[in-house]
Amino acid sequence: MRIAKDLVAASSTPIVLSILSDGESYGYAILKRVHELSSGELEWTDGMLYPLLHRLARLGFVKAMWRSPEGRRRRYYVLTDRGRRALEDHRRQWDLVSAVLQGAWHEMRSLPVAT
Amino acid sequence: MMDLDTQIGEWRAYLASRPEVAAADADELESHLRDQVDTLRSAGLNDDEAFLVAVKRLGSIDALTREFAREHSERMWKQLVATPEVDASIRGDFWVMLGWAVAAAAVVLVPRLVSGDADAVWSFYLRNTGLLVLPMLVGYFAWKRRVPPRRLIPIALVFIAGAVFANAYPFARFGSTEVLTAIHLVVVLWLVFGSVYLGGRWRTNRMDFVRFTGEWFIYYVLIALGGGVLLGLTVGVFSAIGLNIGALVFNWLLPAGAAGAVLVAAWLVEAKQAVVENMAPVLTNVFTPLFAVMFVASVGAIVFTGHGVDVERDVLILFDVLLVVVLGLLLYSISARDPLSEPELPDIIQLTLVVSALVIDVLALVAIVGRIAEMGFTPNRTAALGLNVVLLANLSWSAWLSIGFFRGRRPYADLEQWHTSYLPVYLLWGALVVIVFPLVFGFA
Repeated sequence: MRIAKDLVAASSTPIVLSILSDGESYGYAILKRVHELSSGELEWTDGMLYPLLHRLARLGFVKAMWRSPEGRRRRYYVLTDRGRRALEDHRRQWDLVSAVLQGAWHEMRSLPVAT
Repeated sequence: MMDLDTQIGEWRAYLASRPEVAAADADELESHLRDQVDTLRSAGLNDDEAFLVAVKRLGSIDALTREFAREHSERMWKQLVATPEVDASIRGDFWVMLGWAVAAAAVVLVPRLVSGDADAVWSFYLRNTGLLVLPMLVGYFAWKRRVPPRRLIPIALVFIAGAVFANAYPFARFGSTEVLTAIHLVVVLWLVFGSVYLGGRWRTNRMDFVRFTGEWFIYYVLIALGGGVLLGLTVGVFSAIGLNIGALVFNWLLPAGAAGAVLVAAWLVEAKQAVVENMAPVLTNVFTPLFAVMFVASVGAIVFTGHGVDVERDVLILFDVLLVVVLGLLLYSISARDPLSEPELPDIIQLTLVVSALVIDVLALVAIVGRIAEMGFTPNRTAALGLNVVLLANLSWSAWLSIGFFRGRRPYADLEQWHTSYLPVYLLWGALVVIVFPLVFGFA
């Protein structure tokens, strides 16, 4: 499924923060996780994740550190307290939006189809 | 066929050649690329195929560097403000700048043409130089950044208001309030010009304007030094052949050159970015530790000897200069620093600098406030005291934020955010001095 560019842009921050709330991770693993969670439907241009991660680090939502537990040097990102609060905030917003859409679509289905 | 490491090496070299991409980012992207290649190879692709697919997935290097530039404005602040399309269309940039520079030079000569009273002309210059020259800078950048005309209306109103306050008040010639108005008006107008520099958007990337101000200052000082030597030699050579052109040079060439140089320095900052970009951080790095040592030694001397700060008359201005220097060093190193890196030695030196300067300033302030209560408020003392309080608030909170950063409680960006959002306070203080001080102190 093709997802509109605006929606991808708007959802990328909460998606990345949510994935990091399960524990620290690095760019490639985050993308793999997005792929898994969306059953391969949500496709990001891989490189674009990094400027986003750097922005989150600048805002203090995540902390970055270099490590190489499996040999290859990777920059790991950890969610901070501030990031956790930001995630909560995002969640409330998305819950509301999705509740509104669900409600609206539910009514739509119960209406007679116009001919 | 090239082997995989060579291919990745070439790709990386191409990526790293972009100034937007720091070495650490290239490392990060390379490790991503290698992970991706490994996965694809274990899925059965050969090296070449895996490399091509992995590179494709990362996205084109142009698109990628554009995103990096957007996020890391500290690396590419010029490109951020001027988008590539605009850049390509600006061919005659130099000539446009020269036009505005000539206009600035011409306009400062007008008062001299219309008035023979030398003192009146200098007093007019004192109050109006900013009002005469900065509109040219506004004009140049409004053209360069393609600022929509409706955004220029509030700017024009501020300049008109400035002209009214500078000229309608009946100042005592060369009195304190006249000089104070002159100085503070220039600061106010410069900050207002900042919104034009930023393309009419004052809320974003204010740090870019701070960078511009610092680099413009360096260029202007360099031009002034060179120009001073040039004019001095000219006068000397002409007097050697029996012609005294000192008055001509001093009254005509000097003001015209000084006004034109404002535009030339601004153009140089924009055009020759890379040169000073290397110089300014070096200067900051050299002087930050030296000033830190000086301040710590002073605090040590105060504690050791038990002498307070000896306040004679108007030393307050000395402490204002001290805090301005500290603020300048601080702003410059903040603007050049990578906000992602952890606290390092330069940050510790910087904090030492700020804290020791604050200690000295508070000691001085306590002594001075006592003296002012005795001697009364003159315009100069009040302005110096006010500026000192404004600076003190800026730096104290900055020190507090750095401590939070050291303890891992805050991101570095908070510090940058604080300094850029504090800039309007200087504008307000300047406006207050321009508008209220002459009235309160009876234009003395």
